[in-house]
Amino acid sequence: MPIFIDRRLNPKDKSLGNRQRFLKRAREELKRSIRDKVREGRIAEVGREHAVPMPHKDTSEPVFSDAGNSGRRQHVLPGNRTYISGDLIPKPGRGGMGSSAPGNKESEDDFRFVLSREEVLDLFFEDLELPDLVKLNLKQILTFKPKRAGFASSGSPTNINVGRTMRNSHGRRIALRRPKQAQLDAIAMQIAMLEAQPPDTARRERIAALREEFDRLERRRRRVAYVDPVDIRFNRFDPQPQPNASAVMFCLMDVSGSMGEREKDLAKRFFVLLHLFLTRRYERTDIVFIRHTHEAQEVDEQTFFYHTQSGGTVVSTALEEMHRIIKQRYPATEWNIYAAQASDGDNFATDSERCIELLGGKLMRLCQYFAYVEIIDERESHIFGSTENGTSLWRAYSTVDGKWPNFQMKRIAAPSDIYPVFRELFARQPALRKSA
Amino acid sequence: MGTPARKSELLFSGADWDFKKLSRVYDEIEALGMEELRLDVYPVQMEVISSEQMLDAYSSVGMPLMYQHWSFGKHFLYNELLYRKGRRGLAYELVINSNPCIVYLMEENTMALQALVTAHAALGHNHFFKNNHLFRQWTDAGGILSYLNFAKSYISRCEEQHGVAAVEAILDSAHALMDQGVFRYHRPPKPSGEQQREELRERLEYEERSYNDLWRTLPPSQEDDKTETSEDGVSERKKSLHLPEENLLYFLEKTSLVLEPWQREIVRIVRVIAQYFYPQRQTQVMNEGCATFVHYTLMNTLFDRGRISEGAMLEILRNHSNVIFQPSFDDPRFSGINPYALGLDMMQDIQRISTEPTAEDRDWFPDIAGRGDWLETLLDAWANHRDESFIRQYLSPTLIRKWRFFVLGDGADQPHYEVASIHNERGYNRIRAALAQSYDLGASRPDIQVVDVALLGDRHLRLQHKVKNGIMLDNESRDATLRHIRNLWGYEVSLVAIDAETGATLSERWTKDC
Repeated sequence: MPIFIDRRLNPKDKSLGNRQRFLKRAREELKRSIRDKVREGRIAEVGREHAVPMPHKDTSEPVFSDAGNSGRRQHVLPGNRTYISGDLIPKPGRGGMGSSAPGNKESEDDFRFVLSREEVLDLFFEDLELPDLVKLNLKQILTFKPKRAGFASSGSPTNINVGRTMRNSHGRRIALRRPKQAQLDAIAMQIAMLEAQPPDTARRERIAALREEFDRLERRRRRVAYVDPVDIRFNRFDPQPQPNASAVMFCLMDVSGSMGEREKDLAKRFFVLLHLFLTRRYERTDIVFIRHTHEAQEVDEQTFFYHTQSGGTVVSTALEEMHRIIKQRYPATEWNIYAAQASDGDNFATDSERCIELLGGKLMRLCQYFAYVEIIDERESHIFGSTENGTSLWRAYSTVDGKWPNFQMKRIAAPSDIYPVFRELFARQPALRKSA
Repeated sequence: MGTPARKSELLFSGADWDFKKLSRVYDEIEALGMEELRLDVYPVQMEVISSEQMLDAYSSVGMPLMYQHWSFGKHFLYNELLYRKGRRGLAYELVINSNPCIVYLMEENTMALQALVTAHAALGHNHFFKNNHLFRQWTDAGGILSYLNFAKSYISRCEEQHGVAAVEAILDSAHALMDQGVFRYHRPPKPSGEQQREELRERLEYEERSYNDLWRTLPPSQEDDKTETSEDGVSERKKSLHLPEENLLYFLEKTSLVLEPWQREIVRIVRVIAQYFYPQRQTQVMNEGCATFVHYTLMNTLFDRGRISEGAMLEILRNHSNVIFQPSFDDPRFSGINPYALGLDMMQDIQRISTEPTAEDRDWFPDIAGRGDWLETLLDAWANHRDESFIRQYLSPTLIRKWRFFVLGDGADQPHYEVASIHNERGYNRIRAALAQSYDLGASRPDIQVVDVALLGDRHLRLQHKVKNGIMLDNESRDATLRHIRNLWGYEVSLVAIDAETGATLSERWTKDC
């Protein structure tokens, strides 16, 4: 009789620790895979599971092994039909025996395994050197929702709590000895009985006494009301702040000829990053893509990133379009509005004024956050690095920057420049809390 | 006998299993195995596991307990992918050479399959583990589980103390040398028992506690020991270090100048595990052959006695024939010789030679042909052979013809293969020798040994690779492995390739160059 052990109920994921170690080990290569995915994929799909090819570098397990291309060997094989000793068989290409087991590497190449959402984000964020504060603190508009909070003695009639009111009334009636209907009925019955009998003096007196008693009770009943205003209790509601669960993200981009592949790639990463933050924080996130040249239009993601359009550059058209869409579809009371604008900074000289006006006058009031990145050439980066000089749009936005704390602007030349744009966004919330 | 009476004799009916049925079937099969095949087994512990747990077991080299390492995670991902895509089925069972013998059964097996697996693993493999001399002498079935438990907790404690990265670095390097971490020729020192390990641990802790940095600051002795250059000095040194040494891990563990006590212990753990698996690698054909022979014989006997229904037997046979399927070399499904098929065929062939030999068999196997006591021969073979010697001794011409074996000569510099021998009178011996040779791990693994070390000089470690038949090492993996050796040794390491026949130096590689 053997011993039986049922191991099926044992905790699963015994190898989870090994998996984590493996991912850590293959970090660099996995990061590259994820980066490529982000480049090709849609913005909204970045924060999901991804299948990635099996990494090779840093995860090889070397052992001393024979080189296939040297020496003399003998193979013993089954199933000979036609060969006799001395037959020569041409080799099937390079790599030794065609029939021997293929080397590990080739068959491993097409292996892909799935990274979970958390693992993907972890890899992606690390690439941008995000600090831990990404575990997110976004500023949010609060809406208020009434929440039950005990009882009040005043309120609107619709909120009367009947149960509580009747309890009070009952207690008061007992305390003030309000005569019950049954008592009155009993006396009335006695009177009726006495009156039905032939009258004599004793009975008449008795009836009079009873009537008096009846009247007294009746008066008392009238004085002590069944339900008195002091009994009435109302349900009390406290306005409870509610995080707003939906956000909309506006992506604005200049698509005129001057924006090339590199610029668009950087812009995309910038949008992806903001979107990732938002999806982590909000239950629902919409994305609106607005591209513009000298006129702006709302487009889908594919068109946004991959179609070019010729024309001049009038940035204000995009801001106007955004404002129009907000008014039409995303009222600021219900939506947290975030905007990210990418451009190479070119603009009609006279239009920059109009942009300042639009931002300062309307948009900044509606937006939680407005980030502007100017994508510059890497060679320019050290020239423009710190100066306030720059393109007309940059100079114009600089004035907005000072006035609105929720406005950010930054020149970026490489992916690593992107994160600092958002640094403010996540640093602000704790400060608010402290002051509160 | 009427049908109802017959039915009641069935060991089980239907596809579903439960523990009562399993137990009844095990008892029956065990009794039958003892009676019919004179099997001698460790007590059995059967564990029912799910497919995911089976994958877990796969990735940690089949052991129920294992320390954590990223490479196991990698293997898990591979296995899981293969399994999920349907490229590979999972084993129906997994058996561990321990006492009690642990047999894993997959939960989704049908009852017929569980019976088959019980016969195969709980009796076949179990008997082989308990009786084969390699396992008896070189592994400690009673202690392996507690040793693994110790290894697991020791390594996780090291990770807490010294950090995961430091432990991982040592494990990586030690894993790279696992193939060179076994004693092939002389018997390994016995794995220490629990108590000895406890003592050792206490000693290490004491050494760590009483470590005094002052000793390191002592000025070096004035008279510089000149590196011995004389022949005498060299041979003296080699003798004192037991050089040449084939077990690189053992040598590094004992001699390395840079390893700390805990690092030595980790190297030792890897070495002990490598040594534990070494017999299994040498006895694949025999082990699987023995198990397959046992299940085939026992299942057929049970069926003949009316204890297994025809439906169940059909299922068993179907699985059996899947397991022993051997495509020929030009079949796209061919991936080497199937050890189940070869093992079973050879053992059934021994049965045949003993009971109904041909004239040829009498020529080739005068000592067993026609003696009739096939079981005696098999029990003896199971106990005393490994794959290489088993094939060398028992592969018969009949079987060579049946399998249509042929030998293909493969010179790397030739544009074609040459058929060296086929299944004819002249070829039998050569085929047998070549096949046996291919199962000789000692011959097919690169032969790398520590030949010299300048302990008093620049502490340069010299390794020698004896090149057989001109087969060199793969450059890339050689360099990577040498770097791992350097990690463990701490100083320069060089590897010289020497032709085994002529003694000519073919190449030399230093770690500073790779």
